[in-house]
Amino acid sequence: MHVAIIGNGVTGVTAAIRLRRKQPDWRITLISGESKYHYSRPALMYVFMGHMTYQGTKPFEDDFWSINRLDLRRDWVTGIDAARKCLTLHRGGDFHFDKLLIATGSKSNKFGWPGQDLRGVQGLYSLQDLRSLYHNANGTRHAVIVGGGLIGIELAEMLHSRNIHVTFLVREPSYWSNILPMEESGMINEIIREQGIGLKLKTSLKEILDDGSGRVCGVVTEDGERLECQFVGLTAGVSPNIDLVRDSEIETGRGVLVDRGFQTSVQDIYAAGDCAEIVTGGERNLLQQVWYTGKKQGEVAGDVLAGEDRTYDPGIWYNSAKFLDLEYQVYGRVNLNVPGERNLFWRHPEQLQSLRIVYAEEGVIGVNLMGIRYRHDVCERWISEQRPVDFVLDNLAKANFDPEFFDRHESDIVPALREQMS
Amino acid sequence: MIDTATLDYDFDEETLGFEEPPAQPTPPASWPERLSIAAVALGFLALIVTLLGPLSGTWAGILLSFGLIVLGSAAYFWFAYRNTVPGIKHDGIMFGSATHLGLIGWGLGIAITGFYVVLYWWPEYLERGVRLVDPLSHALAGGPADRWFFYGFLYTLAILVFGVRMFMKYRHNRYQIIRTASVMFFQLGFAFLIPQLLKSFNQPEFYFTYFWPLKYDYLFPSTVDSLTSHPGALGVFMVFWGAVATFIATPVLTYLYGKRWYCSWVCGCGGLAETLGDPFRQLSSKTTRSWRIERGIIYSVLIFITVTTIALWVNSATEGRVFGRLSGPLASAYGFYVGALFSGVIGVGFYPLMGSRVWCRFGCPMAAILGIFQRFFSRFRITTNGGQCMSCGNCSTYCEMGIDVRAYAQRGENIVRASCVGCGICSAVCPRGVLKLENGPTHADRYPGADQPLAALQEALSAAKVYEGKNGAAAPDPVDPALRSQRRPLRSQFTRRL
Repeated sequence: MHVAIIGNGVTGVTAAIRLRRKQPDWRITLISGESKYHYSRPALMYVFMGHMTYQGTKPFEDDFWSINRLDLRRDWVTGIDAARKCLTLHRGGDFHFDKLLIATGSKSNKFGWPGQDLRGVQGLYSLQDLRSLYHNANGTRHAVIVGGGLIGIELAEMLHSRNIHVTFLVREPSYWSNILPMEESGMINEIIREQGIGLKLKTSLKEILDDGSGRVCGVVTEDGERLECQFVGLTAGVSPNIDLVRDSEIETGRGVLVDRGFQTSVQDIYAAGDCAEIVTGGERNLLQQVWYTGKKQGEVAGDVLAGEDRTYDPGIWYNSAKFLDLEYQVYGRVNLNVPGERNLFWRHPEQLQSLRIVYAEEGVIGVNLMGIRYRHDVCERWISEQRPVDFVLDNLAKANFDPEFFDRHESDIVPALREQMS
Repeated sequence: MIDTATLDYDFDEETLGFEEPPAQPTPPASWPERLSIAAVALGFLALIVTLLGPLSGTWAGILLSFGLIVLGSAAYFWFAYRNTVPGIKHDGIMFGSATHLGLIGWGLGIAITGFYVVLYWWPEYLERGVRLVDPLSHALAGGPADRWFFYGFLYTLAILVFGVRMFMKYRHNRYQIIRTASVMFFQLGFAFLIPQLLKSFNQPEFYFTYFWPLKYDYLFPSTVDSLTSHPGALGVFMVFWGAVATFIATPVLTYLYGKRWYCSWVCGCGGLAETLGDPFRQLSSKTTRSWRIERGIIYSVLIFITVTTIALWVNSATEGRVFGRLSGPLASAYGFYVGALFSGVIGVGFYPLMGSRVWCRFGCPMAAILGIFQRFFSRFRITTNGGQCMSCGNCSTYCEMGIDVRAYAQRGENIVRASCVGCGICSAVCPRGVLKLENGPTHADRYPGADQPLAALQEALSAAKVYEGKNGAAAPDPVDPALRSQRRPLRSQFTRRL
């Protein structure tokens, strides 16, 4: 049995490792044109900033792959012939498989802005993007970043570390406020400005300007304001990278359409991770595009490839990020303005630290933290067991995960939140 | 269709890598920073003048040279970090000539190594320097300085100055602040002032924070004899203190708090590594190979000093009938190869080349003992926060002991390693708040099998044998690598194992 996996990101690699554990004798090949070995995508920024070497971003030693007989193929797949079970490789010709996992990840969104393909305009997702950034940062004094999210803040921090002045154009009234409640979002605005990064809220991009040689020289906003810049970062989200699949007979929607077992419309061909759109049978399909879900989906996909009958259960949502020096964690659902849900919110009077608990009739459904670390397992248990908010407040200190000797704020938080409840 | 730009991409990141990216000029240093640098420069000038001239051996000489250097550099660190937003400041570490094996790094490595070689074997070349600090030695110890006083003086200054740097760099992290204050306190008080003051009271020069087997001669018969025969009760107390520290305090405190109570809070070697060594912590190798070498050397040193000490005692008790003249040369050999060459010359000289814990990681027999306790009989662990790890590798990069922290964190496993000194930097640099140093119950959640430490110890030893006998776990297992890893849950090959 030969299993081919397109993509050596976290989903493809996690699936390969799971599969190897369950099927010691199968041949497994990981195909990637991006890098020879698997590296940690979220660590790209640390290579540019000089916190880490590229070698340091690789989660496994180089001999891991040969020891565990996971074949690596450095090439781009240019076509999938589902009927013949054959891939076309850019450099290597035909490549046969018995089972296939498509784990091609995402690509940066471009919304058809005039000038979006000029030199000096790019997103930040892949090793190629990192490489372009080296070229594009050359001679850049001022950079504009379009879109305020998790990648945007990373790109800003990277450029800022090289003394390049950065201005954000954010469509929303506050940073990432389509996801975060206003209070938390406001804290991000604060820390961005505190570090000397420009932040223009309620501002959309209209056009990217050409300096006459095909390189960017500025942007114009919807309000008609013109900003000089030598670099434009496009970080208004990502979408499934399915250019390869669109030409095949495999069904696609926004992503590669799969069932809860990651099976595509074609027998023996699977897709998982950022590129997969899971048909739930419910109102909306499931499209998850963060590191953790990529890893969790890869685990299930590996088991399915090995022949097990498994389906993906997204479980209790969690995520985390770091906005410059401000850490963020979320457990469960923290949605905005949902009828029947109540929010309790505490913020430190001086520092950038906050805690939000969202609860409904049935119990606690979400926890949002800025500048404080909480325990994943404790929060997840509270939410999955639908603990009443009183119980959570009684036991709040048990969830704290901040390092030893850090100030613990639960003694301030709990009375403040109880007051909000009454 | 895939776009042609993607298809054309064939950059070889493995051989070409990613060097320093372009940057705009750094804004000029602030005036306080410039003045601080000027003070340091003046201090060095004064040092040269003092070494050659009439100020040698005067308080004015000490204050003008060392005073200006110390105050200037501490002030520099203070002002340089004060202008930044508190948080992890590691921009450009991997591009720095001093911090990533550039010309300056190699130069520093050679210079510090050279200093130690001169200190141990050609002390006459340090004579002028030693005379410089005579007034301080007279004031503290009641006599002229010797080279070890001079060395202790420089060592303490380095810890204090770079301690200020740690205070500022980690001013958002109270664990780091308290820990740094602790190493500064123990170095200044217990490893510098008290031993000298003891001398001025005609008592033996004794270091209350160094124990056997790090301070190997403290349990040698000759030292015990000389201390107990010293007039007054203090000498006897010192012997008692040393024995209690080695045989009672070490296991008990390590059980409660892990190795860190000593290695990153009290020990002078650790103190220097955590302050002066902090800029170099990322240079430690994280490979499985270096881990294998580490275990081979450190336990050999432990066996070496244990055998030597036992031989000396047997010899002393039997008046040389059993080992004849063997034990003496054994002790001398240990003193030369391990005491001087390894812990001194290589231990500090190689900071800019192999990271700040070369001695602690590869050589220190005290660390070896503490490590065995920590691994199998301790409440200490680094807890991994559920599934929050995203494998970035900052923790592994900045682990001075060369532990591949990420290998555990990305599996959601706690980190329980013999070598971990509990410095807490992995927890500090983690951008997702995944790691936390904790003392907790020894059972259940520490690591699988933690409730049966003896079985775990046995398993670890047998796994090590399999590993070494097979030319590395790299040898393909014809049966089933997955099963093998299940059979040996404590096998050490974490980065290679599935």
